[in-house]
Amino acid sequence: MKTLKIEELSKNFGTTEVLRKINLEIDEGNFLVLLGPSGCGKSTLLNIIAGLETINEGNVFIDDYNVSKVEPKDRNIAMVFQSYALYPSMNVKENMIFGLKQAKTSKEKIEEQLQKVSTFLQVDKLLERKPSQLSGGQRQRVAIGRALVREPRIFLFDEPLSNLDAKLRVEMRREIKKLHQQLKTTVVYVTHDQTEAMSLGTKIAIMNHGVIQQNDTPEIIYNKPSNTFVADFIGSPSMNLIKGKIIHNSNNISFIADGSTLEVPINNYDFKEKSDLNNKEIYFGIRPEHIYFKKLNEDDFDINLRADLSEYIGHEQIVTLDYSNQEILAKFPSTIKIELEKEMKLYFDLEHTSLFDFNTKERL
Amino acid sequence: MQDNLQSSSYKELEQKSKYTNMFLRWFLYFVLILFASYFIFPLYVMVVTSLKTMEEIRQGTLLTWPSSLNFDSWLVAWGGRGYGAGDTFLRPYFWNSIKMVVPAVFFSTFIGAMTGYVLTKWRFKGDQWVFLFLLFGCFIPFQAILLPMARTLGTLGISNSVVGLVLVHTVYGIPFTTLFFRNYYISVPTELVKAARIDGAGFFKIFFKILLPISAPIIVVTVIWQFTQIWNDFLFGSTFSFGEAAPIQVALNNMVLSSTSVKEYNVDMASAIIAGIPTLIVYVLAGKYFIRGLTSGAVKG
Repeated sequence: MKTLKIEELSKNFGTTEVLRKINLEIDEGNFLVLLGPSGCGKSTLLNIIAGLETINEGNVFIDDYNVSKVEPKDRNIAMVFQSYALYPSMNVKENMIFGLKQAKTSKEKIEEQLQKVSTFLQVDKLLERKPSQLSGGQRQRVAIGRALVREPRIFLFDEPLSNLDAKLRVEMRREIKKLHQQLKTTVVYVTHDQTEAMSLGTKIAIMNHGVIQQNDTPEIIYNKPSNTFVADFIGSPSMNLIKGKIIHNSNNISFIADGSTLEVPINNYDFKEKSDLNNKEIYFGIRPEHIYFKKLNEDDFDINLRADLSEYIGHEQIVTLDYSNQEILAKFPSTIKIELEKEMKLYFDLEHTSLFDFNTKERL
Repeated sequence: MQDNLQSSSYKELEQKSKYTNMFLRWFLYFVLILFASYFIFPLYVMVVTSLKTMEEIRQGTLLTWPSSLNFDSWLVAWGGRGYGAGDTFLRPYFWNSIKMVVPAVFFSTFIGAMTGYVLTKWRFKGDQWVFLFLLFGCFIPFQAILLPMARTLGTLGISNSVVGLVLVHTVYGIPFTTLFFRNYYISVPTELVKAARIDGAGFFKIFFKILLPISAPIIVVTVIWQFTQIWNDFLFGSTFSFGEAAPIQVALNNMVLSSTSVKEYNVDMASAIIAGIPTLIVYVLAGKYFIRGLTSGAVKG
């Protein structure tokens, strides 16, 4: 049984297609993050799961029950919004029990739930306050509390941390993670922040233009992006994509960047399909953090590159390098002294490369 | 040397800007006082004239202060002289106006709030057209609808009655009240409605429990606007009612224009002030909310 299953779901607003044939499944207790740039349809998808938006095609199942036409309140879900959406005229207590009261829960049960949740979230001292008298973090807590008291099957979070300042955001992120570890409720979480997605999700679904690009664990998404969009979207700075082609002779596969003669051996790359590789135009993807200043592994490939620019960002520096007229970035500890406008010896970690077809942009 | 020279020239500039600022300030006060007196002057004449006897009015000038505080003309304006035919006074018409303005303001405000709520939080296909047509209602010259409206009231059997006027004012108030409420509710995050829907609240519950309690500023604006419009209306009042059912503005007109004997300026002035007092009271009581409501933006949770 899947806690949440989405089947062939399509949605359009007028003539604009927002979601196209989405298929998604979540097991009990998982934390699924919907990640993507703004306008990719992730919030629409969340609203559809909540029942706040209608569906053009496809179905949504919660616990194997088709809820496509079920009212939001009957879907056994709770949602936390970006603007917190606390009812301004009600105090914290009234905010938290509003849903239970609508559901005609008994007074004792309401009181019990309120006690439990408000102590758990440490808002029990704030019950009489109005939302306008709370700080951003407290409002967020109350909003989560309002979702918690209903004991839903699925929690839906719509960019809940975007309104907080940087420091508080990191704190609340940790608290949400803690919350999920303790309660083990299934969560669907929408964000455009990759750090949030990576640190919170047990699964991440990356979306672009209404299509899920990749749905996998954070590790696989980081190490084996399924196309150039994912490769580019995840990681900061994002993955270097060096254009070039493959040379495949009898027992040797190597990569040559455009305008270069240097052959980078890619024999050990885990190709999906090994035939018809010769002269294939590809992107050679390597993350800035996988270009080393010192040789770390036996297989590291040494290469001479010219450094053009160095950006100091505290614990590390981002160096812009010139690879046969293509700009690539590398990340080094800031203790290393880089001489600009000069060639230096660097090492590519060939264990951590990704190759993409130049035409289809898909992973090879 | 260089430093000295510079600091002395700075001092000079400082002096100069001080004088300029002082001059500008006094000029500003002068202009403000001028405008203020321009606005207050007619009111002064009205109040002073209403307190004079006819004798004094004939002998003195407009501006002379009354010899004694004499409220007789006010009593006459409000309650009449006590003889039968031809004695027009404001009291019954004042109550007509109250009976008209209270329900008309209430209904137009309430309906405007509802439509504003639907147009922003329960969007439907073509809602922008509905809103456009409603806006159109704001710009219709009311003279254009007098005849059809008269027919409608006749068909409904409520012509020449307070009920008829309530209907007319409610209908023609809705475009304005809708505009006010729509513009207010559009800045209320729609997420509030979403949250309430997930919490299980329906259409009316969301309106009454969540939106209406935060609408105080815009309600005040709308009430003031509608009250002033309806209380001061002459066109609808004079067209759709006469005699007993007339609102105060029409009665005031009849009183001032149709008196056959000598013009009693003091009674006229007193009547005019009485007819204007309720709007003044509304402004004094709710004026500060009026400004606040007009300028208030989003409701931050």
